[in-house]
Amino acid sequence: MIADFDYQFFIEVLVGGLLSGVMYSLVAIGFVLIYKTSGVLNFAQGAMLLFAALTFVSLVERGVPFALALVVTFAIMVAIGIAIERTVLRPLTNKPPITLFMATLGLSYIIEGAAQLIWGTQVHGLDLGIEDVPLEIGGVLISQFDIFAAVVAAGMVLLLSLFFRYTRIGLSFRAVADDQFAALAVGLRLPLIWATVWAAAGLVALVAGLLWGARLGVQFSLSLVVLKALPVLVLGGFDSILGAIVGGLLIGASEKLAEVYIGDYFGGGIESWFAYVVALVFLLIRPSGLFGQKLVERI
Amino acid sequence: MAAITSDFSFMPVLPKWVVPVLLLAFAYGVVPLIGSSYLFEAILLPFLALSLAGVGLNILTGYAGQVSLGSAAFMAAGAFAAYNFNLRVEGLPLIGSIFLAGIVAAAIGIVFGLPSLRLKGFYLAVSTLAAQFFVQWALTKFSWFSNDSASGVIDAPRLSIAGVALDSAIGRYLFALTIVAILTFLAYRLVSSQTGRNFIAIRDNETAARIIGIPVLKTKLLAFAISSFIIGVAGVIWAFAYLRTVEPDGFDLDRSFQILFIIIIGGLASIRGAFFGAALIVVFPLALSRLGGFLLGDLFDSGVLDMSQRIVLGALIILFLILEPDGLVALWDRIRRRLLFAWQST
Repeated sequence: MIADFDYQFFIEVLVGGLLSGVMYSLVAIGFVLIYKTSGVLNFAQGAMLLFAALTFVSLVERGVPFALALVVTFAIMVAIGIAIERTVLRPLTNKPPITLFMATLGLSYIIEGAAQLIWGTQVHGLDLGIEDVPLEIGGVLISQFDIFAAVVAAGMVLLLSLFFRYTRIGLSFRAVADDQFAALAVGLRLPLIWATVWAAAGLVALVAGLLWGARLGVQFSLSLVVLKALPVLVLGGFDSILGAIVGGLLIGASEKLAEVYIGDYFGGGIESWFAYVVALVFLLIRPSGLFGQKLVERI
Repeated sequence: MAAITSDFSFMPVLPKWVVPVLLLAFAYGVVPLIGSSYLFEAILLPFLALSLAGVGLNILTGYAGQVSLGSAAFMAAGAFAAYNFNLRVEGLPLIGSIFLAGIVAAAIGIVFGLPSLRLKGFYLAVSTLAAQFFVQWALTKFSWFSNDSASGVIDAPRLSIAGVALDSAIGRYLFALTIVAILTFLAYRLVSSQTGRNFIAIRDNETAARIIGIPVLKTKLLAFAISSFIIGVAGVIWAFAYLRTVEPDGFDLDRSFQILFIIIIGGLASIRGAFFGAALIVVFPLALSRLGGFLLGDLFDSGVLDMSQRIVLGALIILFLILEPDGLVALWDRIRRRLLFAWQST
């Protein structure tokens, strides 16, 4: 049995899994950004992703040049971020986190509904101009598109890390993440910071939406990638960008390997829940994820 | 001080049981006489099933503070378990199947509640999604559950209790009403018992609850079991009394959210709240489609209706969270107090 184990095939599956894991990480990063700075698990991230991709595609289909469409969509996402801060987050300041989570659940219904009411429900194809031809590297076939996605994800993580570390607003992000009250006390303007964070999450949603949209077609089911990102978050810890990346890779790889090697014993189609089981088993060992902060509770 | 006492002495204080008993008398005695079959089929049956599911989720989320996003999975488990008990066990009365289905749902609830021993808040909420996807997958994948029917569709058996056939709309309504009334009464007794207090203590501060000697692990699992039992029975009502033909896809994530919305809109940690919330959730799409059709005419097709429903529902959730975090129940109580006050002042 071991003797005829096909290593090349194994590597191919593994690499494919890791690369699709990068796509999960892309979505998860959007969550982490918002969770870090405001303690909100933003369920609407998937809806924002759908909205961004749908807006972009519809603009391009109406003859708007690629770059302009990108800028316009980004501007719209920023506007949405600011609107969310004004109308939803501000009235709910200092409410328990679970209330805020439910508010984002409502938000995701509004954004999904609005996206499809405005742009229609038909499926749009999205061509980013990258050929999806398999590339042969060291005898292993790898999808070119996946590599492109991985590079984009890496670039975005680098950009965000630099932003958090070296800019003034990035510093205030970290201050707010550490202690909201202390941040307020030293005069940081919370509304501005939140609006910026939501705008940044909008940018992440746009990038992830374009990549996922090119892969799956731009349609309603795009907002369901949020369900793929949740186990990644649980595994990596809600407040760690590094965790989102590592969690994405782990989930992506184990999901593909499981589907290929043990899926048949379950009759196939296990990818809808396998990631959750991996995350759960892991959580039983480390309840706050790989890189999540351990919470200290006071009575 | 004197002013306060005199205020209270004017209040017509009714014993707590009066309103529910009057409502039940109305539901049993008057509604079957005046209701049309549309009222039963499209409004009252889904209302009863969803109310009961709301009561179940409220015990877990409202009282014990454990957020679950997998309610629909327990409804599905209940519905399919009842179907199989009824089909495969000779001579088991319908009530027996329903009770056993509740037990099955409770057992599944305990299994998926196990992570709550280690996880809190969002981590737990996300892990309940595992129940949602796993149950739905298993029911679709293994055709044994649906007796090998195509795509997992099951048909409800004939409803009869002690030889009385209950297949008409009114019969199914009375069947559902009776189960809902009994379970709601039991749930009400539960939340005002020591166990119910333990749930609340764990919700408000788990560490403190542990220190005053509440067995946290046992109590959490109990909350999962009871809540899943009730939601499972609600699933049976949904499948047997309301829709009559269901498939696993009918119990998807949207249904779970719907039940969560019911308790947010109705009021967390309130048994009455589940009924208020379910009433709104059932009536509002019907009202919206009438209103939309009236205002926009042909422009308002089913696609537009679907989308505007999502938008309005989402907006309602946010509005309630901001303006009335205690839900319709709090709103209702305030209005009632104002009315009483106005009535006394005259």
